[in-house]
Amino acid sequence: MTFVPKPKLSHPELPKNSLGLTRRDYEGAVSTLCAGCGHDSISAAIIRAFFELDLPPHRIAKLSGIGCSSKTPTYFLGRAHGFNSVHGRMPAVATGANLANRELVYIGVSGDGDSASIGLGQFAHAMRRDVNMVYIVENNGVYGLTKGQFSATADVGAKSKRGVTNTESSIDLAAMALVLGASFVARSFSGDKAQLVPLIKAAVLHRGAAFIDCISPCVAFNNHAGSTKSYDYVREHNEAVDSLDVIIGREEITADYEPGTVETVVLHDGSTLRLRKLAPDYNVHDRVAALAHIQDRERAGEIATGLLYVGPESKDLHENLNTVAAPLASLSDAELCPGEAALETLNAALR
Amino acid sequence: MQPTDIRNPDYFHKVVDCQWACPAHTAVPEYIRMVAGRRYADAYMLNWQSNVFPGILGRTCDRPCEPACRRGRVEKEPVAICRLKRVAADYKGDIRNRLPRAPAHRNGKRVALVGGGPASLTVARDLAPEGYELVLFDTAARAGGMIRSQIPKFRLPEQVIDEEVGYILDLGVKTELGTTITSMKSLLAENYDAIFVGCGAPRGRDLDLPGRHAAPGQIHLGLDWLASVAFGHVKEIGRRVIVLGGGNTAMDCCRSARRLGGVEVSVVVRSGFTEMKASPWEKEEAMEEGIPILNFLVPKEFRVDDGALKGVLFEKVAAQYDANGRRRLVPTGEPEVMMPCDDVLIAVGQENAFPWIERDIGITFDRWDMPIVDETTMQSTHPRVFFGGDAAFGAKNIIWAVAHGHEAAISIDLLCRGEDIAKRPPPLVNLVSQKMGIHEWSYDNVVSDDLRYRVPHREHEVALSDIAVEVELGFDEETAFAEAERCFNCDVQTVFTDRLCIECDACTDICPTDCITFTANGEEPELRRRLAAPAHDIDQALYVSGGLKTGRVMVKDENLCLHCSLCAERCPTGAWDMQRFLLEPALAGHGCSHRPEKRAA
Repeated sequence: MTFVPKPKLSHPELPKNSLGLTRRDYEGAVSTLCAGCGHDSISAAIIRAFFELDLPPHRIAKLSGIGCSSKTPTYFLGRAHGFNSVHGRMPAVATGANLANRELVYIGVSGDGDSASIGLGQFAHAMRRDVNMVYIVENNGVYGLTKGQFSATADVGAKSKRGVTNTESSIDLAAMALVLGASFVARSFSGDKAQLVPLIKAAVLHRGAAFIDCISPCVAFNNHAGSTKSYDYVREHNEAVDSLDVIIGREEITADYEPGTVETVVLHDGSTLRLRKLAPDYNVHDRVAALAHIQDRERAGEIATGLLYVGPESKDLHENLNTVAAPLASLSDAELCPGEAALETLNAALR
Repeated sequence: MQPTDIRNPDYFHKVVDCQWACPAHTAVPEYIRMVAGRRYADAYMLNWQSNVFPGILGRTCDRPCEPACRRGRVEKEPVAICRLKRVAADYKGDIRNRLPRAPAHRNGKRVALVGGGPASLTVARDLAPEGYELVLFDTAARAGGMIRSQIPKFRLPEQVIDEEVGYILDLGVKTELGTTITSMKSLLAENYDAIFVGCGAPRGRDLDLPGRHAAPGQIHLGLDWLASVAFGHVKEIGRRVIVLGGGNTAMDCCRSARRLGGVEVSVVVRSGFTEMKASPWEKEEAMEEGIPILNFLVPKEFRVDDGALKGVLFEKVAAQYDANGRRRLVPTGEPEVMMPCDDVLIAVGQENAFPWIERDIGITFDRWDMPIVDETTMQSTHPRVFFGGDAAFGAKNIIWAVAHGHEAAISIDLLCRGEDIAKRPPPLVNLVSQKMGIHEWSYDNVVSDDLRYRVPHREHEVALSDIAVEVELGFDEETAFAEAERCFNCDVQTVFTDRLCIECDACTDICPTDCITFTANGEEPELRRRLAAPAHDIDQALYVSGGLKTGRVMVKDENLCLHCSLCAERCPTGAWDMQRFLLEPALAGHGCSHRPEKRAA
């Protein structure tokens, strides 16, 4: 744990975004996680992504549950709203917050314990309801805070630091998100910001539940030989299906690519995702094929990463519920509670 | 790029920009930490060892270290390095028992020192403890040279000069004061083992304009006038004074005039304000005393009526730059300006003069009539004659004189031992980890957000009423501590061990100034463009590691590193470490056995 504050001084030529903010303005407190934790790299990627998206920090809400990963919202976006919820209950709080104020940008940060064990049900429902949020699981395969027991995402055959082999089947959260109907599913690695930052940006721009399973090595308890979530192992077995560029707004696309190698996805706000295919014939819009590809790679001992699936413009929670366009939080008491007479009329209509 | 060779002492020395910029290479961050720890005597001794005159330089140094200070590249102003040196001198207490003593046994070698200024005194300080018999000649009645004759007392009190010059003379240096050397030939005939010439650049440059000699009582050469003021021969000046020239001597002239009866004192300079030679802080202090600086005015004539000075006539000019960026001052064609005055002080430069050195005794002079002197050894073309200070390469400043003195002392020592003077002794270099615990360092790594503290000044009414009253009061201990905390400790180096790195990005993520990049290797110019943050300053090195597991390299731009230790604190494997780099340039004496007592960190 680092006790000193990060110096306020910065590079004098630090770029500013359209809001006149530098990347440093999107930082939070200095991390208290173990040195070298993959989670800190993910925080850095989140900081970079939000800075590059020109998002005003006070229009962002960050939510988390319990665990090492759920501590991280303190370490990024210090000027955003935050909610550190009960263990595994981040999705419920995020859903509620989103219902109350649909205008904020929601980012939920969770871990493999928080989302694949105690909060598995919560995770499932946020996905199937397509809550408009970014949902990042910082997945290290162990319970770091309790000294390194296997978590539910540990692979069969993986060895713990003490030499114990995991025999229980692992939960693949990306595959689950696909099955549950999430409209944006990606997998990445904390040690590859070139891949992770554009994925987070795309996830923020995407309307609906955008899920990123981010493998994040636990340096203290899961970074040894025999681990399948160590820096070395993931680097060796990382098989990206595509490489993503995010083009914000209606910028003209100038780069030339060989036909058939680039897939362009236009989002609801006019921004463009440009996917350079790395796996031949991979169709990012085919949920079933995506699932098959992930499982095929897993059987081969490889880890499929990149943007795995993006659905056609999805309907998010608000559209499905047919709520008003204005955030509920902005409505007056009279609008929210129209009174006894209105209730009578409503009841009468149902008789 | 090839992996950086950090075993070369120059590499980390350059990262300590202040120390690298200092001609005497004083270990600045080391003494600033001592000041912060209230170890004033230790800080003083470190300075004394390196720059010989901490109390004097703490008030008057040209401070090449401060423009070099890394802090000035990250925020507005550098650390007040110079004034922290004065703090060490002010609060050191009695350090006399820590000074070397005149040795009981002489080594039988005799060295003559011509001129009693900082260069000669440095040679004396370095050689006296080694057993040399030193004879110091000066025309003046007291040693100190230009330090005593040129620097006004309101900037440098007499007792500070007496104290620090005294420390050296007390080492058993023989003085021949009030003695002017008139012939190098006869001096050589006295069979000294070596002669060191440190007689400065004593002649003020004159302005040959109409009327220059028509009012001798009112038109003075600044250099001579300052000396007359210093020795109490001149006690007053007219009400309206014009100072011609834009260097530090001009600033000393105008501020002295202000204290001797000058009410309307102005400085008139040919060039523009920014091109003036005077240090920015000296210009500032003059202006704060109500002295206007008027630029782009070229003096044409001294108007003298009946032997009485009426004023100076100036032509207005403007700066024009040619294709090569060379500046020319071109008359604007506007009417000439007549500025009435009672006295004029000419401070337009100073020159060397060696009328006393015969030209047929083996000392070769160049076409500017300057002796040919080796820049490393300070040796002239005569093997036994050495030059230093302003006498060597023209007017510079005290800290350069000290640096020359150290080098000349080394040469003289080698010469007298019969060794090759071209083989310079290496510096003492030490690199030690500062790690004390998981996140504990033996230095204060928290980066202070404070802006530079101003040294308090005496109020104008008091300061301007007496030329002997020192203007600057010096920092009090509390402010000195706060100012010392602004130092980044650039000597605590970030040392990277590539085989330990697991490429987790923790260091790049935490670095407050984006110094660290992990990327594919390449040629330097191209690599510089690929870094996390712009790295245009090619004088600032890139620290490049060997190949890492992924085939990439670690590249660190040293330019803006705050030495805050966060990269090392966030490194899980200890691939980064903070190691204190201490470099002490060699001094005269027999290798390391004569090094001063070891100082604790």
